[in-house]
Amino acid sequence: MGILKRAKELLPVAKGNKKSKTLDGKILATCFFEPSTRTRLSFESAMQRLGGSCIGFADPSATSHLKGETLSDAIRMVAGYSDAVVLRHPREGAAKLASEVSEVPIINGGDGAGQHPTQTLLDLFTIKDEIGKLEGLKVGMLGDLRYGRTVHSLSQALNRFNTKFFFISPKSLAMPEHVTDVLDSHWSTHENLKEVLGDLDVLYVTRIQKERFPDLEDYKKVAGAYKINAELLKNAKSKMKILHPLPRVDEISTDVDETKHAAYFRQAFNGVPVRMALLEEMIGAKK
Amino acid sequence: MSENLLKVQPIRNGTVIDHIRAGRGRKILDILGLSNSGTTISLLVNVQSKKQKRKDMIKIEDRELDENEIEKLALLSPNARVNIIRNYAVAEKKEVEIPSFISNIVHCSNENCISNNERGVSSNFKLIDEETHQIQCTYCGRKIEEDKLNFL
Repeated sequence: MGILKRAKELLPVAKGNKKSKTLDGKILATCFFEPSTRTRLSFESAMQRLGGSCIGFADPSATSHLKGETLSDAIRMVAGYSDAVVLRHPREGAAKLASEVSEVPIINGGDGAGQHPTQTLLDLFTIKDEIGKLEGLKVGMLGDLRYGRTVHSLSQALNRFNTKFFFISPKSLAMPEHVTDVLDSHWSTHENLKEVLGDLDVLYVTRIQKERFPDLEDYKKVAGAYKINAELLKNAKSKMKILHPLPRVDEISTDVDETKHAAYFRQAFNGVPVRMALLEEMIGAKK
Repeated sequence: MSENLLKVQPIRNGTVIDHIRAGRGRKILDILGLSNSGTTISLLVNVQSKKQKRKDMIKIEDRELDENEIEKLALLSPNARVNIIRNYAVAEKKEVEIPSFISNIVHCSNENCISNNERGVSSNFKLIDEETHQIQCTYCGRKIEEDKLNFL
């Protein structure tokens, strides 16, 4: 919670309205072995807003990775050039392995289908900022709940705040048991969004991934079922907020963008102050 | 144990693995590579037992199991007992217990786990349930049931 509080204080710095030099002279290495837009750019923005600088790569084909260099060797090398490393990697457990060989802190920027903890932090920050609290909310999670790492991590984090969960998905993309098994709070599963929309304080939408469906017709059926537009949202509470880790395809119609429910672009911006707070905590000068 | 040991010829030096879960003896021979070890091995299958109704037993001549082999054995048959025999007498009795941390013994079942895709990385697991013997990969977090272990 200290990170979220500090992130709120850093909002003017994140927006460029106030200057800060808390990470002056520090170097962050961003090592992205997989494509990323929001995570990489928001870390780089966060670092530079705090007076630090960045090195790194966004395309592993330009590194020794293709020559057969192991991740462990690459991390040992990069750790020697920087004060902290952000790592995104296609294999689960990559950040854990990196942390075992690195002399500087490793930040997991997403490891395969594993974890994406800084996304969860910014999701929590956004919910608190938009709704005013985290405790006792009714949160719907919709879309690809089976493979989406953001909803797995976020449900575990919200479980600490007495959340009532509504998991809305086609049966084939339902929330996995290993996630629901560890939830203390009340949760229920639904196939139809309309059944529960009016109850929700937050609706967290994820993209349904076409490539998961062997039959294209099945995909079209479920993808269409979860298309959210301004008309549908007339049945929602007036203060209900919609979050989405982005990128979206067509699960949220663009006419939602102008409604009071749309929080997803502010959510994407919140990656900057939250990552600023995290970087200060990890490599900032000790107070 | 001594009554059952008499059913086959006593060994002078070596190891007797007793109280193996019935049906697991052959798998233990394979996984510990004992069949190809060049020593005489006796496998008793479905031996009557007061404790377990039925059990398997293995006698290995002129070879004492090392700690790594005993850890593997613990994962395969957690209640087994290892008796080290020297000069026809039981010189040491070793309780087999699954260690809390298991390194380089089993593969992670997640093909996309970094431990299966990086040269020189040991597989590492922690024991998370002492009753069901479920273990969890320390890298990717995958939980593996005792009957789905894939040994290195």
